[in-house]
Amino acid sequence: MSVHTFTLDGQPVAGAAGETILEVATEQGVSIPTLCHLDGLSSVGACRLCVVEVAGRPRPQPACITPVEEGMEVVTRSEELDEWRATVVEMLFVERNHICSICVANGDCELQDLAVDLGVDHFELPAMSPRLEIDSSHRLFAIDHNRCVLCTRCVRVCDEIEGAHTWDVMGRGIDARVVSDLGTPWGASPTCTSCGKCVQVCPTGALFEKGRAVGEGAKERRPFLPYLRRHGAGTR
Amino acid sequence: MAGEGRRGAPAAEPRRRLKNLVPPGPVRATAAVCEAASCLSAGAGEVHAGLVDGVGVRGLTDVAVKRVGCLGLCAAGPLVAVLETDRLHRGVSGADLTAVLDDLATADAASGMAEPDPFFARQVRIVTENLGRIDPESIDDYVAAGGYTALERALTELDPAAVLAEVTASGLRGRGGAGYPTGLKWRTAVKAAGADRYVICNADEGDPGAFMDRSVLESDPHRVLEGMALAAYAVGARKGYVYCRAEYPLALSRLRTAIRQAQRAGWLGEDIAESRFSFTVEVRVGAGAFVCGEETALIASIEGGRGTPKPRPPYPGMSGLRGAPTVINNVETLAAVPAIIRNGGAWYASTGTATSKGTKVFALAGRVRNTGLIEVPMGTTLREIVYGIGGGVVDDRPLKAVQTGGPSGGCLPASHLDMPVDYESLVEAGSIMGSGGLIVLDDRACMVDVARFYMEFCREESCGKCIPCRVGTTQASTLLTAITSGSATPRHLADLERLGEMMGAMSLCGLGQTAPNPVFSTLRYFRDEYRAHIEDRTCPAGVCAMAGTSSHPAVAGP
Ligand SMILES: Cc1cc2nc3c(=O)[nH]c(=O)nc-3n(C[C@H](O)[C@H](O)[C@H](O)COP(=O)(O)O)c2cc1C
Ligand code: SF4
Ligand code: FES
Repeated sequence: MSVHTFTLDGQPVAGAAGETILEVATEQGVSIPTLCHLDGLSSVGACRLCVVEVAGRPRPQPACITPVEEGMEVVTRSEELDEWRATVVEMLFVERNHICSICVANGDCELQDLAVDLGVDHFELPAMSPRLEIDSSHRLFAIDHNRCVLCTRCVRVCDEIEGAHTWDVMGRGIDARVVSDLGTPWGASPTCTSCGKCVQVCPTGALFEKGRAVGEGAKERRPFLPYLRRHGAGTR
Repeated sequence: MAGEGRRGAPAAEPRRRLKNLVPPGPVRATAAVCEAASCLSAGAGEVHAGLVDGVGVRGLTDVAVKRVGCLGLCAAGPLVAVLETDRLHRGVSGADLTAVLDDLATADAASGMAEPDPFFARQVRIVTENLGRIDPESIDDYVAAGGYTALERALTELDPAAVLAEVTASGLRGRGGAGYPTGLKWRTAVKAAGADRYVICNADEGDPGAFMDRSVLESDPHRVLEGMALAAYAVGARKGYVYCRAEYPLALSRLRTAIRQAQRAGWLGEDIAESRFSFTVEVRVGAGAFVCGEETALIASIEGGRGTPKPRPPYPGMSGLRGAPTVINNVETLAAVPAIIRNGGAWYASTGTATSKGTKVFALAGRVRNTGLIEVPMGTTLREIVYGIGGGVVDDRPLKAVQTGGPSGGCLPASHLDMPVDYESLVEAGSIMGSGGLIVLDDRACMVDVARFYMEFCREESCGKCIPCRVGTTQASTLLTAITSGSATPRHLADLERLGEMMGAMSLCGLGQTAPNPVFSTLRYFRDEYRAHIEDRTCPAGVCAMAGTSSHPAVAGP
């Protein structure tokens, strides 16, 4: 397999053909914020948090899905990138109703962590405060759309690992929602195996186990993921 | 969002298959009745039937009546042209066909050509050369006009590399919006590894106000098929798809008719023209989502998935439909190819400017006298298009701006009228060529309101996959609505600019990346109008209802 050498924040590095910028950066100990990406699942490049500057390309590129190339010059941090990433987090917060103090994921939430890491401590955009559903028809789990960031990790884990494809996305633009079985209540889903993988991969408190109180939603280990790691996982 | 059939299909225009009238002997005069969607909806069907009857009643045994595609002057329909003299009858009524019948009674090739209307005289027609001349439902008409000779020549005289070389030499660039060099796109697909290859014709045409691709498909569908076959031959594809929106029932039905005819005549299928080249075309119907015109979303839709874009690279030329190298081109791009192969790449490149070769089809609309479909050499000035061909602004009002490129484009002020229309000049001026929608705005248009309209369009059409576009278009629409309703503060404008820059840089696909363009271009040329809305709470054009005032939404924390 051929190897590409390129620079990451000025440092010369090497990556195998087919590896992404994110993979090489992680290996080098360079941290890049991510949200929709999860090791072991395919990458979709949707949340845009992992964008990095690549010399010669007109706009920032998502590190989670951009393959390394010979001679590439990659910059993972800049004032502009920091600001735009912070705006992404701000947008995610104002889009739905993320109220940490009453959330099951408080203290174990990737959105919360991102806000802390990127210094998002207030919003300048007006909160959109939509009125969204909670589907608690499932025996063990519930989904609170107020907290969903549409990362589609649940959709991918259900399809790619569990093989059930219970989840998908319905509607478009601001009306997009994650749905089970074409909109069937989760509890009535004929395809759901109740494996709970979606709950485990959800970065926020949108998908949660019933019976857990505020701050009790800590995710378990994810032993079902690593075997698909790296080159096994395609992109979609 | 794809699938043949019912979904999303609006009620089709009433459509009876009208028989052409073909006299037994030589033809002295031919009435060409425009039966593209616009004239049909204005009553071209009755005109056709009435003319067939009228010719019979008057006993004109050497007069033909036939259906043709778009005659160009869409606003003046129903249109009937007498082909032998090029005389155009406008606004023909099925109830009174006397004038047309009188003309048909005497016209012949010897009676001399009618004084050409400047609307037509100033155009250069390559892609639209057959529009309004041939019957779009007749392969014989297409062949009689020189159709399929380019494909035959390619298959018998040229190898695929030579076809590719001609297209490269022509300097043809993609007409779907971005202007990517077509030859280079095809070469990428040739070089990419893969057992299968595909050619896709993008007929999604979602820009509001654009109807170039529809007109070409309704008027000359075989031309698009021939272009696709040539592309397939050049890159080594055996299978092609046309992705067309369900809102175009007439285009779809004529396309399907054309595919059937071409298959029967041996221009599609196995071993075309006794060569070893085989190529088939399948139609896929989109449900009318603007984003499904974006190439990766379109491919996802053909694959049966949700029509949302994917990050590029990989570009479809490297890995497209089902992972195979895929050439995806716009209708107009492909429709230019047969003429290029027939006449040579150098011939095509002799029209246009240094970097923008050939001609461009525009859908001329808005406050202009002659709305319709036009084709002009690249580099033609906006003045020539609006005043020379378009006949000027309705009621002779002052022109305020010309909008090009739809929701991804911008508004150019009257001071730019002498600017040549080519890819580079338009981008430099803050707009884009886009697919060819060209909307004329007069002094009664409010530019902030125009920007708001396009932003709302993008909000409605955002797929929702990436956050900068999903939330950015929504927030920007809210900000623009605050400005047009008189409740904005200077801070709204600053936020709008900040959001616009962020969306442009961070969005996943072209929709979100270009959604702020109408805002930026109107800010560049008409910032005063924004100021008037915000500082004086007045709309200079008198369009916006300026209501109450409110302060900027409160700043809140998590
Ligand atoms: C949101 C969006 C919508 C698009 N819609 C169309 C369309 O309706 N028709 C089209 O030909 N290209 C459309 N495009 C451009 C296509 O992605 C692609 O560039 C084009 O089909 C390539 O063909 P060309 O090289 O012949 O222009 C769209 C792009 C974006 C980002
Ligand atoms: S830019 Fe808009 S349309 Fe494109 S992927 Fe993002 S949300 Fe979807
Ligand atoms: S982590 Fe790369 S785009 Fe979301």
